[in-house]
Amino acid sequence: MIEVKNLEKTFGELKVLRGITETINDGEKVAIIGPSGSGKSTFLRCLNLLERPTGGEIWFNGQNIAAKGCDIDSVRRHMGMVFQHFNLFPHLTIRDNITLAPINLKLYTPAQAKEKADALLERIGLSDKADTYPAMLSGGQKQRVAIVRALAMNPQVMLFDEPTSALDPEMVGEVLDVIREVAEEGMTMVIVTHEMGFAREVAGRVLFMDEGLIVEQNTPDQLFGNPQNERLQSFLSKVL
Amino acid sequence: MFEKLLQDLYGAVIRENRWQLYLEGLKNTLLIAGIACLIGILIGLVVALVKFVAAARPSPLWKAAAKVMNAYTTIIRGTPIIVQLLILYNLSYFTEGLYASIIGFGINSGAYVSEIFRSGLNSIDIGQQEAGRSLGLSLGQTMKLIVLPQAVKNTLPALFNEFIALLKETSVAGYIAVRDLTKVADGIRGRTFNSTPLYLAAVVYLIMVVGLAALQKRIERRLARSDRG
Repeated sequence: MIEVKNLEKTFGELKVLRGITETINDGEKVAIIGPSGSGKSTFLRCLNLLERPTGGEIWFNGQNIAAKGCDIDSVRRHMGMVFQHFNLFPHLTIRDNITLAPINLKLYTPAQAKEKADALLERIGLSDKADTYPAMLSGGQKQRVAIVRALAMNPQVMLFDEPTSALDPEMVGEVLDVIREVAEEGMTMVIVTHEMGFAREVAGRVLFMDEGLIVEQNTPDQLFGNPQNERLQSFLSKVL
Repeated sequence: MFEKLLQDLYGAVIRENRWQLYLEGLKNTLLIAGIACLIGILIGLVVALVKFVAAARPSPLWKAAAKVMNAYTTIIRGTPIIVQLLILYNLSYFTEGLYASIIGFGINSGAYVSEIFRSGLNSIDIGQQEAGRSLGLSLGQTMKLIVLPQAVKNTLPALFNEFIALLKETSVAGYIAVRDLTKVADGIRGRTFNSTPLYLAAVVYLIMVVGLAALQKRIERRLARSDRG
């Protein structure tokens, strides 16, 4: 589904991604772990071109979206993204947060979009919050709304950028539950996370990044249980 | 004492139907301030958006446009409004002082409003833009639906400050022979030989400013709905 070829990204002098080649298959759940500054968020943000790669190719549904002249807006409709800091729109109600893009991109009529939003809110147990504003929600609730806001676009793949890192510990569980549910429905997912337990449970494959490269990847059982790379070993010994 | 006050008021307002002159002056003042305010918002919005987009999209064309916009704000903010008005008035297109002052105040206000909008746009977290774009909205849609509504709310206090300042600043329009409220009051003072007309003008300005401030409060209260936690 997503094929990355020799992806590079530099900020000024700093080489953040140094030639990543990776394929993410349909329906796969891939977790990306690694120390901070290893480039894992940048890699994820390159996949929907929130960061412009400085080199390499990203193929999605048969087109190189990193190429000049690619209509990135229409590509992004098929790629949902969930941010560390939720990024709900504070001036809109919860329902309007969810319906804004589908309505304005003419995916649904306003009535259809509202129906869909209400169904999604029901699913995450926040129906009673539909007409309130984001400021009235807890962090966990905000992130759950952010997830269904992305789902409302019916994306083919979901990108999660440290979705639980900004949450109070007692709210991590409720957000992971929603992500787990989405995974079980067969959604293709790429998750940058520090929740090793979650990565182990949900991901079919775990990538370990360090200094702009994927230095090791494997099934969760193998990667966590039998790490080969020295840096991965020292990383795991610190976080597990 | 009380009789003297009444007499002064009579001389300043009623004799020779002078109240009509105030009304005419007030009409011109409101005309200048109102239209200049609209022009200012329009110019300010365009200038701020060009600078904002140029910062995000470093192409030569946008960079050049941003340079032009910067020159505009520098020149307008760096020179006195009276000099600007006099220059405009002496360009032969604007033989009518009223038109010159409407255009002049509009251009002048645009420079200040653009800075207000620019700071407002910059006050919105970049994550808002990213969230909008990640949903497939174009840059234009993201600005219109997500960034601008929030930015306008943040800029409201400064914006009203600017409008209040603009309304009062129009009192220098008399320099280019516009019969605005101040000019008219001063003219009547020349006939009554006391300052009562000027006090009256001051009261009228004050009422308008208090009205604007009240309007600001109302709008801010309405927009604050989404803030309550």
